[in-house]
Amino acid sequence: MRLRSLLSLLAAALWLAAPATAQDQLRADAPDDWLIRDATVLTVTNGTIENGDVLVRDGDIAQVGQDVSAPDGVEVYDASGEFVMPGIVESHQHMAISNVNEATNQVTAEVGVGDVLDPYDIGIYRALAGGVTTAHVMHGSANPIGGRNETIKLRYGVTTPDALKMDGAPRTVKFALGENPTGLYGEGRDQVPRTRMGVEQVIREALTEARRYMEAEQDYQNGDRAQPPAHSERLEVLAGVLRGDILVQTHGYRADELLMLMKVFEDFGIQNLVFHHVNEGFKIAPELAAFGDNGAGASVFSDWWSYKFEVYYSTAYNAAILTENGVNTSINTDIPGEQRDLYLQAAKTQRYGDLSDTQALRLITINPARQLGIADRVGSIEEGKDADLALFSEHPLSVYTEPQRTYVDGVVRFDHEQDPDDMRLRVDPEGSVELARDGWSRHAAHSCLKGVTQLRATQNGVTLENTGR
Amino acid sequence: MLSAFRPRLPHVSAVLALCFALLLACPAHAQKTPGYQGPFALTNAQIVVAPGDTVNQGTVVIQDDSIAAVGPGATVPENAQTFDGEGLTVYPGFIDSGTHLGIAEVGSLPETQDFNEIGELTAHMNALTAVNPNSVHVPTTRVHGITSVITEPEEGILPGTAALISLHGYTPEQMHLGGVTLTKLDFPSVGRQGPSDDRSPETIQKEADKALNKLNELWTQAERYARIDSAVAVEPETRRKPEFVPAMEGLIPVIRGEQPLMISANAAPDLSAALDWAEERGVLDQVILSGAMEGWRVADEIAAADVPVLVGSIMQPPSRESDRYDKAYRTPALLHEAGVTVALRSGKTENVRNLVFHAGFAAAHGLGKTEALRAITTTPAQIFGIEDQVGTIEAGKRANLFVANGDPFQPDTNVRHLFIDGYKLPLENRATKLYDEFLNRTPGLTK
Repeated sequence: MRLRSLLSLLAAALWLAAPATAQDQLRADAPDDWLIRDATVLTVTNGTIENGDVLVRDGDIAQVGQDVSAPDGVEVYDASGEFVMPGIVESHQHMAISNVNEATNQVTAEVGVGDVLDPYDIGIYRALAGGVTTAHVMHGSANPIGGRNETIKLRYGVTTPDALKMDGAPRTVKFALGENPTGLYGEGRDQVPRTRMGVEQVIREALTEARRYMEAEQDYQNGDRAQPPAHSERLEVLAGVLRGDILVQTHGYRADELLMLMKVFEDFGIQNLVFHHVNEGFKIAPELAAFGDNGAGASVFSDWWSYKFEVYYSTAYNAAILTENGVNTSINTDIPGEQRDLYLQAAKTQRYGDLSDTQALRLITINPARQLGIADRVGSIEEGKDADLALFSEHPLSVYTEPQRTYVDGVVRFDHEQDPDDMRLRVDPEGSVELARDGWSRHAAHSCLKGVTQLRATQNGVTLENTGR
Repeated sequence: MLSAFRPRLPHVSAVLALCFALLLACPAHAQKTPGYQGPFALTNAQIVVAPGDTVNQGTVVIQDDSIAAVGPGATVPENAQTFDGEGLTVYPGFIDSGTHLGIAEVGSLPETQDFNEIGELTAHMNALTAVNPNSVHVPTTRVHGITSVITEPEEGILPGTAALISLHGYTPEQMHLGGVTLTKLDFPSVGRQGPSDDRSPETIQKEADKALNKLNELWTQAERYARIDSAVAVEPETRRKPEFVPAMEGLIPVIRGEQPLMISANAAPDLSAALDWAEERGVLDQVILSGAMEGWRVADEIAAADVPVLVGSIMQPPSRESDRYDKAYRTPALLHEAGVTVALRSGKTENVRNLVFHAGFAAAHGLGKTEALRAITTTPAQIFGIEDQVGTIEAGKRANLFVANGDPFQPDTNVRHLFIDGYKLPLENRATKLYDEFLNRTPGLTK
C-alpha cells in the first residue's frame, strides 16, 4: 500500500515534469544539419540574396547562395516567403542569472556572473522567440568596477549551466560610471564615490594597483624579487584588462564621464572599450570614434530616456548619430522581459534617423558581435560561421513581422509553429498557485541595480528600495 | 556715477548687439516655434476618413479649430495655406488611453512626479491639476501623430481622476479635451506586483482582501454621503450638510452615475472580481476596464458584462511563465474576437510615442491593421463619449490630424504635418533638436 502510494506519487511527479522531459528530448535529438531553402537571405555583411539557400552542416554555415542542393540526410526547411537574418546578438542583458550585483565593494572584478547562470530562465526562450541567439549577460552597475560578464548561446533546453557558455568568447568585465555607483556608495553609504570625480579615482587606483601587481609578478619571474605578490583574483582580472585579454564593458551615460574613462584608459594603455547605454554618446561621437586604434564601441537603448536625471538630455537619434559618425554601435535591451523585440528596436533607427536596412540590422548583429570579440563566429551569414539564424515572416524591420524559427548552432531552439505554449523546463511543484503578474513596470523589473537594496528613510518611515538601470 | 558709467556704454551696446545677433542666429534654441491656425488645405492626399474608410485622393480643409471640408470636391478657401499631399496620407490623430504624460518628468526624481499622492483612498485628487503643459515629453509624443492621451494617477486604491488631454495648449484647462474625466480605481490585486514580488500567495490574498474591505467600507459610506448630499440639495434649510470628507466628495459623481469609473486590473481573477464588484455596487454600466493583461482568460465574461477595455501595455512579457511568449501582444485580438470593445493604452510617460508600434504589434498579432487603427482613434473616442469631436476626419470635428508619408505604424514612416485643434504644430522636440545639432557637430574632433 505504501509502495503503491509512493509509486503513484512518483507517476504524478513524472507527469507534472512531462513538459520538461519532452523539451529536453526534443532539443537533445534535434538535428544540426539543415537546408533552409528559398528565403530572402539578409547576410548583413554580403548583401541580400533573393530566393537564397543556407546549408547548415554540424551546426555551422556550410554554404550560402542560390540553388544549393541538400546532401543526403539533411533536413530541408522550405522558407519561401520568409526572411533569414543572422541570429540577433544581445549585447547587454541580466536574464538567465540568479545574481546581478556583488554590491559590497567599489571594486569586485573577482566575481563573475558565469558562476550563477540559470538555464531554466524562461527569458532565454522568450529571447529566442525574438530571434536572439547570443546574449552578453552582465554583472550590474552598482560598483565602479563590477564583476565579469558571460557571453552565452541561447541553447534553451540544456540544463547544465556551463552548457550555455559560448566557448572561446573573450572574457569581459563590467565597469560603471555616474548615478548608479555615486547613488549607492556616496548617497546611500556615505562612501567614495559620491561624485563623478570619485568614480575616476576609484578606477585609477584599482588599475594602478593592478599595474604594480603585474610588475611585481614580472619582477619575480625575472628573478628580481624573491616572492611572487600575494595572489589576488581581483588584481588578476584587472591585470587581464591591462594586458588587453579582458574586454571592458562600461555602463555610462553622460558625455563628461565617457571622456573621463577614455582619458584614464589612454593613460593605462587600454584599447578595448565599449560603453553601454551611452545616452549622451551622440555629443562626443567624434571622440568615441577616434579612441585608441579601433574606436570605443557604443551599445545604446533605442529610445529609452528620462527615467533618471542623467538621461534627461537624450535623443532617440543617438544610434543614428553615432553610426553616421563612425562609432561601432549596437542596441541592447538590458532588462529581463524586454529582450524579445530587438528587431523592432533596430527598426526605430529608420524613424529616429535615416539608417539603411543593413545599417539598422548591423546594430543587433555584427556590431555587437564585434564589441564582444566574437565577430569571427556570429553576427552575419557567412560560410564557416556558427549556424545561428533567425527566420521571420516579413522583413525583420517591419512592425508586422513575426519570428518563425530560431537556430542556435544549427539546432532549432524556437519554432513558431511547433512549440507548445508552455515552454518551461522545470515546472514549479507549487505550479497550481502560479500567480499572474499584475502589470509591468520597468522600475519593478530586475535590472542593472538588482541585488542592491537600500534602506531609505522617508516621511512614511524606513523603506527598502530597489531601483534600476 | 552716471559720468563714470558713460564711457562703458559702447561696451554695453556691443554686448547687447551681440546678444541680439545670437538671438537672431538661433531662435530655435531661444524659444519654441509656436503653432498657428489656418485656414489650411491639404490637397491631393489619400485620406483615412475613418478606419476602413479611405478616400484615395482628396482635400482636407481646416478652418479655425475644426475640419471644414473633406473629400475630392472640397472647396479650398482663397486665403488657405495649401500643402500638397501627393504621396502622403492624412490620418485622424491618435489617442492613447492610459499614460502618465505631463504628470511625471524624470523617473528617478520623486520631486518631478505628480501622479502618486499619499494615501490609499484619494478619489478627490485630479491628474489634470498637475499636468505640466510644457513637459518635454509633450512635443516628443505628438510628432508621431498622437494628439491626445488619458493621463492618470496611480498608487493606492482610489488614486483620483484621470483626464483626457490634448497635446497642445498652455494651461491644463486648454488641454482638457471634451471635459473627459474618469475616476480611477486600482482594483485590489491577487497578482504579483512584479518579478521581485516574493510575497507568499497567502500574504498576497490577505492583503488584497484587506484592501477590498477598505474600498467597500469607503464606498458604502460614500453612497450614504451622496444620499445625504442629495437630500440637503432638496431641502437646504432643514437638513444639515454631511461632515466634509474629501474622498467621499470625490466619489459623488461616480455614485450618482454621472462619471465613468475606470477600473485598473490585470490578472484574470482580479478582472472577474472587479466586474462582480461593479455589478453589486450598481456601477457596471459606468465601468471601463484598464490594463486587462489577462483579459483573454476571461474574455467571454468581459464581453457578457458589455464593458469596454483599454488594453495595455501590450509590449511586455506574458503575465505567467507558462503562457505563450506572445500572449500580451495577442490580448487585443483575443478580446476583440470575443466581442469586447478594445482601445489601446501604452501605460508610458516619456515613451508614449511608442503607441504607434504597440498598435503595429497588436495588428500583426491577430488584430489586423484596421481594428488596430480603430483601437487608437474611433473606439477610444466612443468610449470617452467624444466621438462627435474626434476620431475621424469629418467636417465639423476638431482638426486633430496628421499627414504621414506611409503607414504610421511602420518604423520607417515619418509624420510630415501635424494639427491639433487646427494649430499647425512644429515637428520639433528635444530629440530632433539634438539630432540637428549633433549629427555633424562643429567643431568636430580637435586633436
